[in-house]
Amino acid sequence: MESPVSGAVEAVFREEHGRLLAALVRRFGDLDLAEEVTSAAVEAALVHWPVEGVPSKPGAWLMATARRKAVDRLRRDRTYAAKLALVQVDSVTELPEGAEFPDDRLQLFFTCAHPALAQEARGALTLRCLAGLTTPEVARAYLVPPATMAQRIVRAKKKIREARIPFRVPGADELPGRLPGVLQVVYSIFTEGYVASSGPRLQRADLAEEAIRLARILRRLLPAEREVSGLLALMLLVHARREARTGPDGSVVLLADQDRAGWDAAMIAEGLGLVRVALTGGPAGPYGVQAAIAALHNEAASVDTTDWPQVVALYDVLQVLAPSPVVALNRAVAVAMRDGPAAGLALVDALSGDERLRDYGPFHTARGDLLQRLGRLPEAAQAYGKALDLAGTDPERAHLARRLDGSRGSAVS
Amino acid sequence: MKYMLLINAGAVAEDGSAEGCTVQDWMNYDKAVREAGIFVSGESLADLVTATSVRVGPDGTRTVVDGPFAETREVLGGFYVIDVPDLDVALDWAARCPGALGGGSMVVRPVADFGA
Repeated sequence: MESPVSGAVEAVFREEHGRLLAALVRRFGDLDLAEEVTSAAVEAALVHWPVEGVPSKPGAWLMATARRKAVDRLRRDRTYAAKLALVQVDSVTELPEGAEFPDDRLQLFFTCAHPALAQEARGALTLRCLAGLTTPEVARAYLVPPATMAQRIVRAKKKIREARIPFRVPGADELPGRLPGVLQVVYSIFTEGYVASSGPRLQRADLAEEAIRLARILRRLLPAEREVSGLLALMLLVHARREARTGPDGSVVLLADQDRAGWDAAMIAEGLGLVRVALTGGPAGPYGVQAAIAALHNEAASVDTTDWPQVVALYDVLQVLAPSPVVALNRAVAVAMRDGPAAGLALVDALSGDERLRDYGPFHTARGDLLQRLGRLPEAAQAYGKALDLAGTDPERAHLARRLDGSRGSAVS
Repeated sequence: MKYMLLINAGAVAEDGSAEGCTVQDWMNYDKAVREAGIFVSGESLADLVTATSVRVGPDGTRTVVDGPFAETREVLGGFYVIDVPDLDVALDWAARCPGALGGGSMVVRPVADFGA
């Protein structure tokens, strides 16, 4: 059973974990040691706080405790200390309890998202180091066995240590090259939560919310970077529709059929404010533009009254900023809404030669939809069939099976 | 911290220069590495057709064969070992190397430290 104090410790821990870890990494230059003493400090809190009460500055208490434990550990283990090439263990001064410590999380963000790390490890490390998730929690989030995730994290940490990936914030000249990588990691955590790539459920809201939480931290750390605001706006505007995206049985509800009253108005309002920030004061970046597209959907009362010419125009901008076959596909769908299914299908078919779309389910779904609307039902059924083969979650499969039946059923009648 | 920069050159022209860079570029790079005080060692390798492989079987028999021959377009053409503070600095030096141009690539490998 959970006591109220252990609940308080957990809440504090989740909030303070990233800051604590980052500050310790900066001081000791070693992620393993920082993690070890962070956990030890939390364990100490679980022993002391129920007896002595939660201190007035819990984060500072945890920090002072963790630093003391790190110094103890390094005094006991001189070889380890020597390996870390620390100047002088004894010179590590103890922080007075209650003292504030600076926020070093930004450098940890850049380390966890370092391009030299495996793509699949970057999100996992970020969730673990900065969102304070445990390895089993990260494993659950990505639907992989805990042992697999543990191995992935160990491997990434070994590379950080042995290849000496630095803990540092890139300089102003490098930032434009490195920030997109950090944003991409946060966004990939979000999209994994938004449409789970596999499993029984369509959405994993926890993961989407963790991504939003991480983007909020990043925005506090980099308030002048408009793409950070753009990313946060995009995620809020999409996440605002979470309740309406699935039916009571977990089935897929398309944008056209969603009950827009069920969208989260407060979240949309916050997202719209951030879109303005992202698009003001200079050329927009890809996240700002995607957020602007999401905003057009959120502001419309229905699919029919959506400002499709504006959506198409924004996709044109996006294709210049961040060209990709998926952007071209989305643009084709928007053109279909503006000019009719035949115009959209012509664009979609023009993309069919791109092998990056061949195994991309939404490409075949979009094609099936346009063909169905044009009454070309046997071809529509074929496209839905392909999409069905590629779908990763049960609700997506059920939805596509229904549409496949629909295109076949009408063909017979 | 020591890193080996393995130079996998792309297409090589008659005069030994890779596509998109000149011999002068290589000389400039080599000078820059040395002047930065990070140079530990480095060599450029003779043409791959001069390579020979040797293997010793469990019974001690030695097998010598011509090659290997390039199976990909990229061929190990040389290396540098540099001593720099961290991977980011090593990657910067790798990116400056002419071997990273013209379809070539650089592989950056930390040198193992056995705590000597």
